[in-house]
Amino acid sequence: MHNLTIAQLAKGLQSKDFSSVELTQHFLARIAELNPAYNAVITVTAEQALKAAAAADKRLAAGNAPALCGIPILHKDIFCTNGVRTSCGSKMLDNFIPPYSATVVENFEQAGAVVLGKTNMDEFAMGSSNETSFYGPVKNPWATDCVPGGSSGGSAAAVAARLAPGATATDTGGSIRQPAALCGITGLKPTYGRVSRWGMIAFASSLDQGGPMARTAEDCALLLNCMASYDDKDSTCIDRDVPDYSADLNNSIKGLKIGVPKEYFSDGLHAGTEDAVRSALAELEAQGAELVEISLPNSALSVPAYYVIAPAEASANLSRFDGVKYGYRCEDPKDLNDLYTRTRAEGFGEEVQRRILIGTYCLSAGYYDAYYGKAQQVRRLIQQDFEKAFAQVDVIMGPTCPSPAFKFGSKGDDPVAMYLEDIYTIATNLAGLPGMSVPCGMVESKPVGLQIIGNYFDEARMLNVAHQYQQATDWHDQMPASIQQGAES
Amino acid sequence: MSWETVIGLEVHVQLATKTKIFSGASTAFGAEPNTQACAIDLAMPGTLPVLNKQAVHYAVMFGLAIDAEIGQESAFERKNYFYPDLPKGYQTTQLEKPIVGRGNVEIQLADGRSKNIRIHHAHLEEDAGKSLHEGNFRHGVSGIDLNRAGTPLIEIVSEPDMSSAEEAIAFAKKLHSIVTSIGICDGEMSQGSMRFDVNVSVRPTGATELGTRTETKNLNSFKFMEEAIAKEVERQIDLIEDGGSVIQETRLYNGDTKVARSMRSKEEANDYRYFPCPDLLPVIVSDETIEELRRNLPELPDARQARFVEQYGLSDYDAGVLGGDAAMAAYFEIASEKSGNAKLAANWTMGELAARLNNQDLSINKSPVNAEQLGGLVARIADNSISGKMAKEVFEGMWAGEGSADEIIEARGLVQVSDSGALEQMVTDVLAANQTMVDDYINTEEAKRKKKIDIKEIESVIAKIARIPPKSISRDDEKALKSLAGDLKISP
Repeated sequence: MHNLTIAQLAKGLQSKDFSSVELTQHFLARIAELNPAYNAVITVTAEQALKAAAAADKRLAAGNAPALCGIPILHKDIFCTNGVRTSCGSKMLDNFIPPYSATVVENFEQAGAVVLGKTNMDEFAMGSSNETSFYGPVKNPWATDCVPGGSSGGSAAAVAARLAPGATATDTGGSIRQPAALCGITGLKPTYGRVSRWGMIAFASSLDQGGPMARTAEDCALLLNCMASYDDKDSTCIDRDVPDYSADLNNSIKGLKIGVPKEYFSDGLHAGTEDAVRSALAELEAQGAELVEISLPNSALSVPAYYVIAPAEASANLSRFDGVKYGYRCEDPKDLNDLYTRTRAEGFGEEVQRRILIGTYCLSAGYYDAYYGKAQQVRRLIQQDFEKAFAQVDVIMGPTCPSPAFKFGSKGDDPVAMYLEDIYTIATNLAGLPGMSVPCGMVESKPVGLQIIGNYFDEARMLNVAHQYQQATDWHDQMPASIQQGAES
Repeated sequence: MSWETVIGLEVHVQLATKTKIFSGASTAFGAEPNTQACAIDLAMPGTLPVLNKQAVHYAVMFGLAIDAEIGQESAFERKNYFYPDLPKGYQTTQLEKPIVGRGNVEIQLADGRSKNIRIHHAHLEEDAGKSLHEGNFRHGVSGIDLNRAGTPLIEIVSEPDMSSAEEAIAFAKKLHSIVTSIGICDGEMSQGSMRFDVNVSVRPTGATELGTRTETKNLNSFKFMEEAIAKEVERQIDLIEDGGSVIQETRLYNGDTKVARSMRSKEEANDYRYFPCPDLLPVIVSDETIEELRRNLPELPDARQARFVEQYGLSDYDAGVLGGDAAMAAYFEIASEKSGNAKLAANWTMGELAARLNNQDLSINKSPVNAEQLGGLVARIADNSISGKMAKEVFEGMWAGEGSADEIIEARGLVQVSDSGALEQMVTDVLAANQTMVDDYINTEEAKRKKKIDIKEIESVIAKIARIPPKSISRDDEKALKSLAGDLKISP
């Protein structure tokens, strides 16, 4: 059952080939068996899941159940789940049980989806390798000595390892697309404002956006149908009808104009990755799409601008973790200052502390204009680059990340090398555009991701292109060798 | 050397919205600690602010009231600092684009002068919670009450246009009058609904450059403000005259102990690292909204004062006192209408009622005697049903909750008998009932009469019977009594 897609599982449930309880038991068993090798899931909610599955079966029996009714999923541990620990991958929130659920979580609940548990992640979503998690790194199912990417590495690895057919994730600078690429799955970061941020623990508020991860574009469309909603509890959420993202999947892509930015095929790009991406573009061209070389001249500025804006916002967003109200508190503080400094020094990991310090510095008197002010100007330039590009083309494509999954510890001493991992993904966050990663090849037996960037609220078109690509290729169906022994059940 | 004082004010005004500026929690005062703080107010992870539209409208109304530029697009910033009663670790406030721009407030001074005080701007922000330290909480423990956290405020920043405590107080009172008149603040100073930060500096008379200023924070009464300014001016002058210099610092004044002290110097001041709040969109107030709010803006104190002179024939002074305070003005107008005698209603509102409220430290909204009741009382005074003295007794009764004036007059039999025929009848009845005594009296030789009864004594007897306080006997009654005495041959 775990090799079926969400679309196939939904059909199976509707036609009573199996029940949601059976499906849920199956995936819970897989998590119990395989997760210790990957560390992708950090909280399993078996009891609640089985209860939800039984309820879903009743709804299914009554007929007219929503598409995702009875489908097991996992939530990234950044989404607050009422009554279930929500750690954000941090010691700071290791004991935090929210009394409310994220809007995304509620949307899935209403749709009858079954939550199996919560996935591991880089601490407060800060990282591109999942090495910053308080709960230890997630291992890439394709090569367990390699990182799964981050920060949604737990969700990506879990989907790749068939521990769940789909999962929620978030993307601030590439945190959906990069791990999707490194784990050989499909992931979509929607337009900023498309998915509610209520109950999603903030890293950098102007960049954070939740989105789905699954094995296929078709499944991502099903998940996005449920995730996307207008929410008056999030002032930055945009009040705009949610289309049926599944409706246009089978449209022909004949005549589609694909922009290929020359800046995305630069020196740092792994040759194998480039070949895989070029082949994918050729496939789409063969289907009738037109490739147009474009330029995004300010691309090189996106990483430095991002590493000012994101830490600046994070430095304020993370001030609430002070040991006063909830979460970690140091032992026996001798005064208020001691409470603050030790709580935060002990509760936050190194990367989080680094970013808080960078952000605090960038916002300090005398530095604001040179850093934060400048970065905001760059952000506008990057937006303008994309506006010009989308006047010419329908979608933009390139690699999701410069190279396939790297080994644990290989970038540990060099934060900047790690930051460059997101060089192709960050610009879309700065512009607020939707972006997607689709498996498009293998290099050194590790997956490569093709990035599709769309215009604002053009997710349906991106999913259409991705689906058409997946109809003609089978990269998304590849299965990591490490899980194949469990493949028969 | 003679010195002049320069004063500027920053005034925090709690807006009278039902819910908080960024959450749906209640803003009501006085609840059990932390019962009015929701997940957003507690800054729980993943929670987000949603701006209270009413707070925006109230801020715009203030802008309209002081004839200010209204920021059609304003924006929120985060002001970062750590304190336990600031749950997010930053205050959401406005810096670069405040909602209210430059405006003007005219103040009236005791010598009859008026003066314009310029407003630099007013911005929207959230209030912090309260820290309860030892003495106010448990021994050895500090407590945090977040009920107040997120209460909407406007902070009004004046130019340093005041040159004395009198002007500063007049300005503060005028602001109080404006915000209560337009209904955006309940004006309850003792509950912290208005709090004043006072910037004070001194300079040699005639100097053009400003001296170094200090800021005394969080004064919540006009009296404390006056004391704090007087003390600070004196301290600065003494310091300079002794060869020292004023250092820029934030100070606190304790109104109970009358002690002022330094809180922190400029060097210790926080770098607040302001930056635009990414959780909130810029606030756009449309021309239509501004015009609608302008059309519906309640009467401003100056206009009301003028109307009171015109409509009720009050003196400028009375109109100023009654018209300056929204609650008092509303009270007066009801009392006046009910009584049909504006001047008498004004006297009673400003006199007996205000004195009593002041005495018991009550605001007029909390008065045990409501405006209808006072109007009912004034009506009975105006139609001569009761004397002024009796009215005070009735007022006492109303204050004690015994009911309306008429009910109390009835219950206590407090009817002033001013009809001389009735009085005569009463006397005749009394005399008839005591015919033997009267006969004895008349038949006794004048010299042997035990006591000479004069008008005063008769008055006293009659008054006792009629329950009239002797001093309030009317002229008519006096005449009636004189003729009575003549008839009775007991003339003086």
